[in-house]
Amino acid sequence: MWKWLHPYAKPEKSYQLAGKLLPWFACLCLITFMVGLTWGLLFAPADYQQGDSFRIIYIHVPAAMLAMLAYSSMAIAAFIGLVWQIRLSEMMVATTAPIGAVFTFIALVTGAAWGKPMWGAWWVWDARLTSELILLFVYLGIIALYNAFSDKDLAGRAASILTLVGVINLPIIHYSVVWWNTLHQGATISKFDTPSMAPEMLWPLLMMIFAFSLFFIVLLLMRFRNEILARENHRYWVTQLVIHKFKDKI
Amino acid sequence: MAFDSISDFFAMGGYAFYVWLSYGLFFFSLLCITLHCIYKKRNIFKKVRLRLEREKRIKQASKLEETL
Repeated sequence: MWKWLHPYAKPEKSYQLAGKLLPWFACLCLITFMVGLTWGLLFAPADYQQGDSFRIIYIHVPAAMLAMLAYSSMAIAAFIGLVWQIRLSEMMVATTAPIGAVFTFIALVTGAAWGKPMWGAWWVWDARLTSELILLFVYLGIIALYNAFSDKDLAGRAASILTLVGVINLPIIHYSVVWWNTLHQGATISKFDTPSMAPEMLWPLLMMIFAFSLFFIVLLLMRFRNEILARENHRYWVTQLVIHKFKDKI
Repeated sequence: MAFDSISDFFAMGGYAFYVWLSYGLFFFSLLCITLHCIYKKRNIFKKVRLRLEREKRIKQASKLEETL
């Protein structure tokens, strides 16, 4: 029944599939971003306490959520890669890490720009902020480790192991607002209860989370294709692709 | 609509600097990583193309040597 999946473990097929999916996700991502941004910036009402500064939430929360989601998916890919020795899975680790790092960076800087007017400080050594900073360093460590090896199979394995070690940070980030006294507010929507947020503010936020997820997928597909090309650059199908692209020059 | 005028919108209720700083950095970061992806793909294609051209030149040179 699951035999149809087998060809997609072949790099060439994965490359083609990713290329087919890419424009669809890119279009959908652009539309949801435009809807989410206009909704959040123009139509959502101002907060009764924070005024218009709360609009930073529409990029801060999705970025932070996707940073963690990216790490989880990366850890699953690392596990599959290490256990079943699927090369594409290890490539996924190298593909995801820089995207996760960028999302973490966005979450940190928007958090700082939100913290200044609300808390009076750009940065405090608070549990949530510190663990999020550690997440950024873990991401950077994985990227650095992957690039330190010229043998990419070995690099993929090393990066996968580091990824699995870093998983310990995920529950710490999530529960940091519960375990320690912190300035950062608790969970608003990711809890087993009705969200503590007015629906006219919540809907644009959900839209933005959706847009960020789509953007994550778009970047993932683009970087995944690059990674396959780079690793397979001596294979026949890649040279055919290049010859086809530069027909008149070669 | 939460704002009365365009200048009202840009003022963001007095939080203009913080809100636009956040959104600016957000756009900048996403733009950077997207452009990096495109640049990297071009770079890979270029590298393979140069390699193929070199291989072709080597082949032609060895052919020339044989005929000489």
